[in-house]
Amino acid sequence: MTDTADRVEATPLDRVVIRFAGDSGDGMQLTGDRFTSASAIAGNDLATLPEFPAEIRAPQGTLAGVSAFQVHISDHDIHTPGDAPDVLVAMNPAALMSQLGRLVSGGTIILNTDAFDERNLEKCGYEADPRSNGTLDDYTVHEVPMTMLTVEATKDLDVKKRDAERSKNFFALGLISWMYSRPEDPTLDWIKEKFGKNQAVVDANTAAFKAGHAYGETTEMFANRYEVPAAPVGPGTYTNINGNTATSWGMIAAGQLAKLPVFLGSYPITPASDILHELSRHKNFGVRTFQAEDEIAAAGAALGAAFGGHLAYTTTSGPGVALKGETIGLATSMELPMVIIDVQRGGPSTGLPTKTEASDLFLALYGRHGESPLPVVAAYSPSNCFHMAIEASRLALKYRTPVILLTDGYLANGVEPWLLPDVDSLPDISVDFTTEHNGVDADGDPIFLPYLRDEHGSRPWAIPGTAGLEHRVGGLEKADKTGNVSYDPSNHSLMTDLRQAKIDGIADDIPLAEVEGSGDADTLIVGWGSTHGSISAAVEVLAEDGVAVDRLHVTHMAPLPKNLGEAMAGYEHIVVPELNKGQFVKVLRGEFLVDAKSIAKVEGLPFTGREIADGVHAVRGSSQGGVA
Amino acid sequence: MTDVVLDPTKRGYWTSDQDVRWCPGCGDYGILAAMQFFHAELAAEGSPVSKENTVFVSGIGCAARFPYYMDTYGMHTIHGRAPAIATGLATARPDLDVWVVGGDGDMLSIGGNHLIHALRRNVNLKILLFNNQIYGLTKGQYSPTSEVGKVTKSTPNGSIDNPFNTIGVAAGAGATFIARTHDLDRKHMIETFRRAHEHKGAAFIEIYQNCNVFNDGAYDAITKRAARDEMMINLVHGEPITFGADKQRGVVLDNGAARVADIADVGMDAIVVHDAHAPDPSLAFALGHLASDRQSPTAFGVFRAVDGPEYVEGVNNQLLAVNEAKGPGDLHTLLHSGATWDVA
Repeated sequence: MTDTADRVEATPLDRVVIRFAGDSGDGMQLTGDRFTSASAIAGNDLATLPEFPAEIRAPQGTLAGVSAFQVHISDHDIHTPGDAPDVLVAMNPAALMSQLGRLVSGGTIILNTDAFDERNLEKCGYEADPRSNGTLDDYTVHEVPMTMLTVEATKDLDVKKRDAERSKNFFALGLISWMYSRPEDPTLDWIKEKFGKNQAVVDANTAAFKAGHAYGETTEMFANRYEVPAAPVGPGTYTNINGNTATSWGMIAAGQLAKLPVFLGSYPITPASDILHELSRHKNFGVRTFQAEDEIAAAGAALGAAFGGHLAYTTTSGPGVALKGETIGLATSMELPMVIIDVQRGGPSTGLPTKTEASDLFLALYGRHGESPLPVVAAYSPSNCFHMAIEASRLALKYRTPVILLTDGYLANGVEPWLLPDVDSLPDISVDFTTEHNGVDADGDPIFLPYLRDEHGSRPWAIPGTAGLEHRVGGLEKADKTGNVSYDPSNHSLMTDLRQAKIDGIADDIPLAEVEGSGDADTLIVGWGSTHGSISAAVEVLAEDGVAVDRLHVTHMAPLPKNLGEAMAGYEHIVVPELNKGQFVKVLRGEFLVDAKSIAKVEGLPFTGREIADGVHAVRGSSQGGVA
Repeated sequence: MTDVVLDPTKRGYWTSDQDVRWCPGCGDYGILAAMQFFHAELAAEGSPVSKENTVFVSGIGCAARFPYYMDTYGMHTIHGRAPAIATGLATARPDLDVWVVGGDGDMLSIGGNHLIHALRRNVNLKILLFNNQIYGLTKGQYSPTSEVGKVTKSTPNGSIDNPFNTIGVAAGAGATFIARTHDLDRKHMIETFRRAHEHKGAAFIEIYQNCNVFNDGAYDAITKRAARDEMMINLVHGEPITFGADKQRGVVLDNGAARVADIADVGMDAIVVHDAHAPDPSLAFALGHLASDRQSPTAFGVFRAVDGPEYVEGVNNQLLAVNEAKGPGDLHTLLHSGATWDVA
């Protein structure tokens, strides 16, 4: 397939190609031109490709009437307007039909949905609405009612509705300007200058531009389509997948593999909301989704469902994890299975909601009161989110514990080709509910001990509806075995140790750390999470620089693979690139007393291979020439 | 096990083996006993009630210890969060009777948000709010139902914030069932629990409960046996709202606001006939605001009981409908639902 080839030459992260397309009367050339000027002022190198119909005015809404403007902006020297656009702004169905083939697979489409009426669809020959018949499944689509919003934004002005509608290209321009952080003033000044003689037009265009800008901001539209430069190699069936969809499908799969109904408690938050949306579409898998009144209720409802015997999830981003902390602590104490999925974004606080970062590792590992250990796993690529969602669920169910799965905005919205797994090859993660008494009292009569542990340290999961096993669980410290409230000092110490030992023991049940490379390099790059692709690129860059390095990627952040210390032994340099200020590196130094060095980046963007390579050179004292 | 009661029609069958740890004299004892007797009565009547299908979910506070003392399933959870946790449980398991227990601090302060949303969704939960107008477990701070001017450890000069009108909060949240009872009248409590239990949807019961350590006698002027005739207004659907030893007083509406009047002054025709089934919650709201303090005649009983779509049933109906329309989900089909291509 052709897009496989495109995929190999994945879009670098520091450039973007945008194509504006609409009817000749929609003002696309003007829009593209203004965006270009704003980009020039922003200091980008750029190249443009205006394309418009030969006719001065082809029939409205037809393929012949489509006018387009492509602009390629970059922070480094470029020489072409770009082969294939990453982003297509389509103001009507004809624009979509004529331009879709140019867009890179998995690209972003922004549609003016107001133009997608039956008449316009017919004019360009669409037999069915491409928005709903699967045509656009392979793309990230933002449907925006631009005409309506423009009319709304200008309704208090002294302009006729028909004239107001003509300002919709400025709405589109405002939206794209927000997405790519273009300065607003040059465009606003230009509007004044250009249309100064007609104050109504100045006002309408200004209002439309500002409304488009505000729309991008308030709906938190993601600007960057991140590409993971992985080329499919093996034979099989592939599909393009982003991390949030992969996570969602992993949750659905886990329910099937565990033979349990799935419950998701969630509260809308960027960039995690798409998981809630996706799961809500699949009720025929027995999936119940609950959009709660807040993050705390979302986690609480999940815990309630877990007590009731469901495979329970809550999905969120960093600020939501902070709010859920008390509930996660309760789940740790009650020892009930549940999975918390943190799609990380730039922080602290609201931070950079639409930008990626991996700065919640400490939050996941330590962000609870009391001694409350739990397993933490991290996905390393969009498609890996599928497998890690299953793995997190497996650990939660088997060890009756909350588990945190870390992904991030880069994985969530990044698209990669995925060799679809054979469903039969997926693991059986089912566990048994306890249905029988498991102890005897002083008189030898059978009783139920809710905190009697199995060989893994896990307690029984007896769900309501099971006669004879009625019991109460709570946040107060529980007596060993009986689970009754206990304030006994030595019991608290024992229970704390038992909970910790259970989590520590999971190290025997997870894959060992594997070094990739020759094994005899002097430098080891240790990564985790979404840096996987960037580190792959860095290893290649370093090889070109004449430096061979080994690499190791950690997916189980707690407990760590039991051979990790051994795997790191013998390297002169250990380098840990992270999209935070050096969190995992501190874990490694603390756990293993190794002199690991950090490469940190918190710019809301993934590493480039060169950035990591330069960091490695700095640690080694080498340079692009190989040796310092 | 020793001393096990095997007869579900006996209170002891519903009583757990845990020692009850409330302060001696606490109103909670009476409420617990009423709940245990209520379940015994249900069993005696042949109701399908069972230990294994009953769950008590609580937050934090004195009241929240309640689940430990019922020999059913139970969750003692987090301050304020019981309605949310119970919503998840009830949504996952429509087959269960789920009761929620909390105090005025738990459900109206830290958990106010969850309470109103559970009520507005009409989740099939039976919610008991033990209102003692004080924080007991933290040893005596004023609560969101304490009267203005209340002197406590955290308000040595008197509290200056307005209390919630509990019935008004529930009515405002769109609760389909709203009732009030008190800890000194087991019969009335049991009857109120029964009405709530029969209600399909969220049932909200405020229970006036005495904290004899930090706010003793808060309701004495109303609920003490000698005061009841003149201070308690018993709401009966379809009947004029009258009270007093000789039924000489009643409730009238002035521009939508309820007030007490002597029947001799206003005439029987002016007395409001209670309508708990009115779709509009105005009457429940007005009756909730009848008493502005704890020294005035106060309404008890069922303020409101209306039918409305129940949340959990809605959730499950959607599941069934989608399953019917699309057929049971198939994982292989799901994974191949996007554009796919083959590499040889």
